[in-house]
Amino acid sequence: MRELEWAYPLRWDEVKEVSTDVLILGGGIAGCWAAIAAAKKGLKTILVEKGATIRSGAGGSGCDHWESAATNPCSRVTPEELTMAMIKDHNGYNNGISHYIECREGYDRLLDLERMGGKIRDTENEFVGAEFRDEKTQFLFSYDYENRFTLRVWGTTFKPALYKECKRLGVEIYDRVMATSLITDVNKQQTKVLGATGVNGRTGQFFVFKSKATILCMARPTRIWLFSLGLPGISEFRPLQCMGDGHAMAWKAGVEFTMMEKSLRGQWSGERSYPPYGTGNTHNTWYACSMVDADGKEIPWIDRDGNILKSVSQRYRPSPGQKFFLKGGGESEFPLYEYQGPDTLPIENLLQNGYKLPFYADLPSMPLHERNVIWNVMVAQEGKSRIPIFQRYKEAGFNPEKDLLQSYGEGWTSASFLPRERQLFGIPGGIVNDWNLKTNLEGLYAAGDQLFASDCNGHAAATGYYAGRHAADYAIQTSQSNLNDQQVEFERRRVKSLTNKSEGIGWKEFNLAITRIMQNYCGEIKSRELLNIGLKLLENLETIEVPKLYVRNPHELIRSLEVINILINAKLIINSCLVRKASSKHLHFIRSDYPEMDPIEWHKFITVKLENNKNNKVKVGALPIDYYSSLKENYEIYNEDYIKKRII
Amino acid sequence: MEKKIYVDQGSRIVNPIHFDQNFCTGCNRCVEACQVDVFIPNPERKKTPIVLYPTECWYCGCCVMECPNPNAIRLNPPLMNQIYWKRK
Ligand SMILES: Cc1cc2nc3c(=O)[nH]c(=O)nc-3n(C[C@H](O)[C@H](O)[C@H](O)COP(=O)(O)OP(=O)(O)OC[C@H]3O[C@@H](n4cnc5c(N)ncnc54)[C@H](O)[C@@H]3O)c2cc1C
Ligand code: SF4
Ligand code: SF4
Repeated sequence: MRELEWAYPLRWDEVKEVSTDVLILGGGIAGCWAAIAAAKKGLKTILVEKGATIRSGAGGSGCDHWESAATNPCSRVTPEELTMAMIKDHNGYNNGISHYIECREGYDRLLDLERMGGKIRDTENEFVGAEFRDEKTQFLFSYDYENRFTLRVWGTTFKPALYKECKRLGVEIYDRVMATSLITDVNKQQTKVLGATGVNGRTGQFFVFKSKATILCMARPTRIWLFSLGLPGISEFRPLQCMGDGHAMAWKAGVEFTMMEKSLRGQWSGERSYPPYGTGNTHNTWYACSMVDADGKEIPWIDRDGNILKSVSQRYRPSPGQKFFLKGGGESEFPLYEYQGPDTLPIENLLQNGYKLPFYADLPSMPLHERNVIWNVMVAQEGKSRIPIFQRYKEAGFNPEKDLLQSYGEGWTSASFLPRERQLFGIPGGIVNDWNLKTNLEGLYAAGDQLFASDCNGHAAATGYYAGRHAADYAIQTSQSNLNDQQVEFERRRVKSLTNKSEGIGWKEFNLAITRIMQNYCGEIKSRELLNIGLKLLENLETIEVPKLYVRNPHELIRSLEVINILINAKLIINSCLVRKASSKHLHFIRSDYPEMDPIEWHKFITVKLENNKNNKVKVGALPIDYYSSLKENYEIYNEDYIKKRII
Repeated sequence: MEKKIYVDQGSRIVNPIHFDQNFCTGCNRCVEACQVDVFIPNPERKKTPIVLYPTECWYCGCCVMECPNPNAIRLNPPLMNQIYWKRK
């Protein structure tokens, strides 16, 4: 045990107030792009980031796939075809607007990244002659080699390039500041967002940010069902501090959410599984690596009709009669035949047919270019992989030309979870958006993984940039309003109250209590009775235990504010589960009291929001499953300027 | 709360980051790159940073990627996460 003096100046009682045109909360992929778009329009732009913008967020350490770049010169699918495929593959439960933006503009952002210093092409000509390479553009493709809409990229270069570009454009960056609440004006007919509050995780200083337009870019909730007391940093797939503050503050302010009833059986958690992309498997980064069983017998690959594929090359091609496929192994958990990609024979089938465990990824048998691209590009560039996997395995003697890497767990995910151990994974719920990526509140926009049915770096980049330019257009024609001092003071006191105690309960115990409640009462099988008890227990935690949370320094203050937000997110999820009175396959949603699967009258987005003026009652609404209507037409109506500029 | 506060590193459940004092110049680039804020700078100038919250590490390796001095900092994934491989 070692005692240390706190390393930073303490500013608990200092308040700093700043004004800006555009305020961006969250400096991950979407936040940086939003800041770049707003700053390019010549507006004063502030970016508030809880961590360190240079590497923060799920995409800060790397990214190997740039998906849905349907407008790249080699693509053989149109943005409309690709977006519709993604929508259909999820039975309509998808974000038509944001994914269309991804398909239309994702490639533009990739070209921007290159100008900023990111690497997107095989400029060293390492892969000349490979069937996944386009010789003219030097682009490398993955998955569907015929239709060429997903690129392999050198994503470890991206975040530092974005950070540098933000600084070059004069974006004012507030690193280590956690946004804690949205400041609103509820007196108007429609609630308007006037800014946000924040607190510094090193000094404890309190911030008031006044803005004309605000963009939420704080990704999605985690640590709702899964929490590791021993290794909290790897409780989930995403970084510890990316746990959904943005959802909690938006919910409290009256923002409308949808699909928050959707959760999947856990897929990744560092404590329960192996590092993502670090075990033998065939998906994602490792698509489409050969596998062998314990005796070295090769595991067959099949097309969507069950035909065995004879060559490695066929794993990267659509089936006979198929136009294109989404990711191999399927985009969704229930891939539609129309878009289903090649995969290995299912594990049960293999075991029945005498294949022996354990299975291994067989990089040595892969054709030279395929082996090199999986190991030297994909594993080396993927998030959280470059150092812990690519570098450390090499140091420990792993040789991709000679060694077989073991596979663990079910379906190549390297883990197996109980049905009640759940996660927001595979395009989960989030904030409802319109064609401006505006929320239901005036002056408030959202982008990236904070939007409903979102995923991926390209999506975050495209929607971030798009929200940035639309929020900027709004800020240009609006003026700053005066803040409600009472609201700000209330928030300052709430934050400060955690620091006035010398004993109490710690944030970890609190987080664990939430996950236990959620596993018990909002697990795989739900019912009104269970959900109501869960909600009650969460409310008890909130009223009885929150006042006991205690912190010893600003770092712990952040962790404690986080777990309060996790509790709010858990309540949001239970409220969403209560109002969908039907089970649904694609939402992974089972209600024992409403067992009928997907009755037609429930095939719609159920929305929820808090009514701030009405005693914080939950207001339930619905949106048609195709509320975004015609993709191309709407996009063109809302983006005339952008389209014109691209042509010039 | 007092101006001066004291913190303890608690028990070492894991030891994710190892510094080599022979190579580390104490420039704190790793401290500034960690999004989880696992480190604090050493109170002594130009000395290796302190791993204050080891169990909060996400094992992303960004601190290693941002360090200008090879061999100064090393990431140790949790022991239980050791993967098996064999020569073909
Ligand atoms: C290991 C891994 C590998 C991945 N690989 C790929 C890939 O190869 N291809 C791909 O397309 N996608 C990949 N993804 C997904 C992709 O990284 C995410 O979809 C993308 O980063 C989402 O961007 P975002 O800006 O919405 O969220 P993030 O990039 O996660 O950024 C959210 C930011 O908000 C900040 N924040 C949170 N709360 C607050 C607060 N209260 N105040 C201030 N700031 C706050 C966080 O610190 C963080 O910086 C991967 C994800 C992971 C985890
Ligand atoms: S590996 Fe990542 S989370 Fe861990 S200390 Fe380094 S930068 Fe921080
Ligand atoms: S480990 Fe590297 S980055 Fe960190 S203080 Fe030492 S020299 Fe600087």
